[in-house]
Amino acid sequence: MKLLRYLIQKEFIQIFRDKTLLLMMTVLPIVQLILLSSAASNEVKNVRIAIVDKDQSEISRSLSNKILANDRFSVVATSFDQDEAMNLMQLDKVDIILEVPLDFEKKHYRGEAPKLQMLVNAINGQQATIGSGYLSSIINSLSQELIMNEPLMIHTNNRNKNATITVSNNSWYNPELKYPHFMAPGILAELTALLTIILSAMNIVKEREVGTIEQINVTPIKKWQLIVGKLVPFLCIGMFVLTVGLAASKIVFDIPFRGSILLIYAYGFINIICVLGLGLLISNYADTQQQAIFIAFFFIMIFILMCGLFTPIDSMPKWAQYTTIPNPLAHFISLTRKVILKGSGFMDVKWEFIYTIMLAVIFNGAAVWTYKKQQ
Amino acid sequence: MNNENVLAVQNLTKKFGNFTAVNAITFEVKRGEIFGFLGANGAGKTTAMKMLNGLSKPTSGSGTVAGLDVIRQSEKIKERIGYMSQKFSLYEDLTVKENIRFYGGVYGLSRKRIKEKIEQILAELQLIEVASKLVKSLPLGWKQRLAFAISMVHDPIIVFMDEPTGGVDPAVRRQFWEAIYEAAKRGSTIFVTTHYMDEAEYCDRVSIMVDGKIEALDTPDNLKKQFNATSMDEVFLKLVRKIN
Repeated sequence: MKLLRYLIQKEFIQIFRDKTLLLMMTVLPIVQLILLSSAASNEVKNVRIAIVDKDQSEISRSLSNKILANDRFSVVATSFDQDEAMNLMQLDKVDIILEVPLDFEKKHYRGEAPKLQMLVNAINGQQATIGSGYLSSIINSLSQELIMNEPLMIHTNNRNKNATITVSNNSWYNPELKYPHFMAPGILAELTALLTIILSAMNIVKEREVGTIEQINVTPIKKWQLIVGKLVPFLCIGMFVLTVGLAASKIVFDIPFRGSILLIYAYGFINIICVLGLGLLISNYADTQQQAIFIAFFFIMIFILMCGLFTPIDSMPKWAQYTTIPNPLAHFISLTRKVILKGSGFMDVKWEFIYTIMLAVIFNGAAVWTYKKQQ
Repeated sequence: MNNENVLAVQNLTKKFGNFTAVNAITFEVKRGEIFGFLGANGAGKTTAMKMLNGLSKPTSGSGTVAGLDVIRQSEKIKERIGYMSQKFSLYEDLTVKENIRFYGGVYGLSRKRIKEKIEQILAELQLIEVASKLVKSLPLGWKQRLAFAISMVHDPIIVFMDEPTGGVDPAVRRQFWEAIYEAAKRGSTIFVTTHYMDEAEYCDRVSIMVDGKIEALDTPDNLKKQFNATSMDEVFLKLVRKIN
């Protein structure tokens, strides 16, 4: 144990002497957290729409007004001519074309259920889906109003208007649908994991490059002592980054902490040990820092793209969903979102704990196992 | 010097695939001896040395170092030996004092003993003024002497040195060898590889390795007689030419 103290002391001295590293630990996470949380958003704010109103009726005008009143849409053109609107789409000036056909109102009052046409530029699939979703809900609400407000309407098909199913949305846990509230906990988890995995992957390799590792290998130090000696200082850094990130997300985004901070720290502790283990495992297989970075990036890319931060895990194919189980980042993100936004307790996140503990044991065990003191 | 063997190996061999780097070497080193381990570049000196200090696992053969088995007790051996590698191996971003403290700690010295060692090394090497300077700011010669002192921080029975004087000027080399003599006088056994044939003259006994085999082993004077040469340089050249 005494021996470990000297190892840890040495790592800390080296860390605090490295100015770049200190900067990486403090400024970088804050900048990324603020930048990514507010910018990396799936929210579609500015859908450009062209309205081709061939009907020029009261209904079509109230539809236009509803669209104009909605701040997610900006009406960039109104025209009678569909070709003109198509040209605008071709020039990428318009995302959606809404066409109200001639005699729309007339047909409606006749009870013929007239149809509107929506043409969506689907090059940006997400923008298209979400934009058309917004537009559909506007049209739906209009049609509800029309049904309610037109007692004189002739029902040819004898539909009971009271039987109309209405869906009312209520966003729980993030009632104002604030994007940073959703992103910040995830980005925080990602940053902590990213920084610690790179730092640990580089560390032993750096010693190998410089040649000091050989000197360590001729000392009676045990393999687990060496790994623990490397792990503890980086664990402290990880917990520090986590603290900085939590404070920054509270101060900048005013994210409500509904759950227990202690639970986040307890989990963060285990998660950081887990990713550090992977980093150290990588460093056992790399001869140069360059190699270590490449291998680390291979894992980081997969972890980030498949952790549920940008694309929901639920919408992945089933087999891909299973591949997120060995992804410590996915559990971290899932847990921070549940605990911070939903106020989940330990029993609600026990699987995140169980999986991460298993991964931590595997990664660290493998790191100790594959470290070779002897060639 | 007495006749007790600190190191004795029999037919120690290391193969990398089809290539035999060290081919069945057999020799002994006695307590308090300065043993020169000579050979051309690529003759297998470093590989042989790494088998002796536990960094490399022998393919076959047997032996003991500091009374322990090189195959089965390679970890235990590490407590009793010192090693100064070819590559400079102190932490450049730590100070002189921090380096001594760290290695003292890793070898399990008590806090009191570490303090004593720091004072002793700083005084002997006249490094008191630069004790709190980073190692990277020191001239190479100072670094090498510090590395030597640190490789002996735990008072090992035998110290292995892999080309310790590579790249330093003659004055520093001389200082270095004085330090080696000093250590040997105190009872340490020194196992040193070198390129410099004049340094071979300072050794009690030398072995010359060619292509993975030990081709000659005796005191410098005996070797000179045997090869009818006036200097170790000549012995070396004659031996290498005879074989190739």
